[in-house]
Amino acid sequence: MSEGPAISFRDVTKYYPVTAGRAMFLKDVLLHLPGSLSALRRRQRFCALDGVSFDVARGESFGVIGRNGSGKSTTLGLIARVLVPNQGSVRTVGRIAPLLELGAGFHFDLTGRENIMLNGVLLGLTRERVRARVADIVAFSELGDLIEQPLRAYSSGMVARLGFSVAVHLDPDILLVDEVLAVGDEAFQKKCLRRMAEFRARDVTMVLVSHNLGDIESLCDRAALLDGGRLAMVGRPREVVAEYRRRLDDGAAGTDDAGP
Amino acid sequence: MSREVLAHYRDLVLVLVAKELKVRYRSTVLGYAWSLLHPLAFAAIFFVLFKVIMRIPREDYALFLVTGLFPWQWFANSIGASTGSFLHNSSLIRKVMFPRSLLVLAGVLNDMFHFLVSVPVIVLFLLYHRTVPSLAAVALLPLIVLIQLLFTHGVALALATCNLFFRDLERLAVIVTTLWFYVTPVLFPADMIPPGFGWVVYANPMAAIVGCWRGLFLDGAVPGTLLGLAAAWSLVALAVGHRIYRALHWRFAELV
Repeated sequence: MSEGPAISFRDVTKYYPVTAGRAMFLKDVLLHLPGSLSALRRRQRFCALDGVSFDVARGESFGVIGRNGSGKSTTLGLIARVLVPNQGSVRTVGRIAPLLELGAGFHFDLTGRENIMLNGVLLGLTRERVRARVADIVAFSELGDLIEQPLRAYSSGMVARLGFSVAVHLDPDILLVDEVLAVGDEAFQKKCLRRMAEFRARDVTMVLVSHNLGDIESLCDRAALLDGGRLAMVGRPREVVAEYRRRLDDGAAGTDDAGP
Repeated sequence: MSREVLAHYRDLVLVLVAKELKVRYRSTVLGYAWSLLHPLAFAAIFFVLFKVIMRIPREDYALFLVTGLFPWQWFANSIGASTGSFLHNSSLIRKVMFPRSLLVLAGVLNDMFHFLVSVPVIVLFLLYHRTVPSLAAVALLPLIVLIQLLFTHGVALALATCNLFFRDLERLAVIVTTLWFYVTPVLFPADMIPPGFGWVVYANPMAAIVGCWRGLFLDGAVPGTLLGLAAAWSLVALAVGHRIYRALHWRFAELV
């Protein structure tokens, strides 16, 4: 693999159209025809990320924090390449695996074992490679005989355990984690954290988005604070978390510019 | 594109199709019978309407009906499902990068499978009319399946994409597909169309494709011009569908 950072953002700006270009409904267009047309001309847009630059080194754990609407999910979407920046460039090296939210990419009428195949292939492996990992995934999930039951029979904690087990067995070069660390009971959570530590030891690059500031401090090597689409600070997790807390307090004190 | 990537795309389609089929066949008691019951129920009601009541002048109307109706239902089911192909997979599209067009392709292949398992029923009708399918017909079948697959995929891809930008499309698609059914010679033979309206058949890709199926099953041969016309339509649909998809697919994650 080439040298250099695993993830590199250079002056990345991402807009979302507010009115024009979004899904349009016939009724709205007809009822508000003049308004719709002028909205098309105005091209209103919401700036989700504004000139953001940072690098994540190979094997680094990088935390991203910020209020709702500050651009965290957009950042993950850009790294996963499901979003395309309007300006600037995003570069990544290696295979990327996102940790999906609860149940995404699963089918609840299929058994746990069948869902491992479905999810593994959706997340980027060939069937052959998934097959080679099924035993490990089943063992890690601790679901036992339940693995032959349809997911409908699972509790939500069990579904999350299965999802996490698949994601961490994909051998990604870059793992994207969006707010899904709190899965299963305490014992399983500890296991997840151990697995994350193993990843760090194995030079897997991780990007964590979380509102659990304790996780950010304990799991990350570095962290970034996003505020209104701008990169407010990059540095040691403790310092970045402290700055975030300070800004939260300021916001609550009166300036009141809380995000949507 | 590397072999590994192509193998992954192939596996993606396979697991997506397998998912639908497993779900369909496991959670219902009748399983395989459902693939047949739906088209057969429609065939029965149309038979009563047009043969018993309206007395269409065709001896083999039941056979005639199923040879057109079964392929049509493959097309109509795929089109009906296509508008939700991307919307119903929003959580994946927002998080994982993979060719989104494969979601549409898997849906069309799923309906193709249900059509293929209904072909033996058509053969039973043929045998009832003391006709044995010719070798030529057997050889042509994969070609016409391919033509209809490409045509349906092209249309479905365009609809699935445009529906993200214009959500009324899914309702329009249902209405247009229903109307399309009645202007396509499925219930009636193309030669019953009054002179002067022949262009309706040439301007209608599904008329050409249904014509191919009728030729294959009823005559054991398909006129070259009809086959060429159907193939040309399918390539046009595929090209247009893919063009629309390629122009817009990078924005899907923002829209679903």
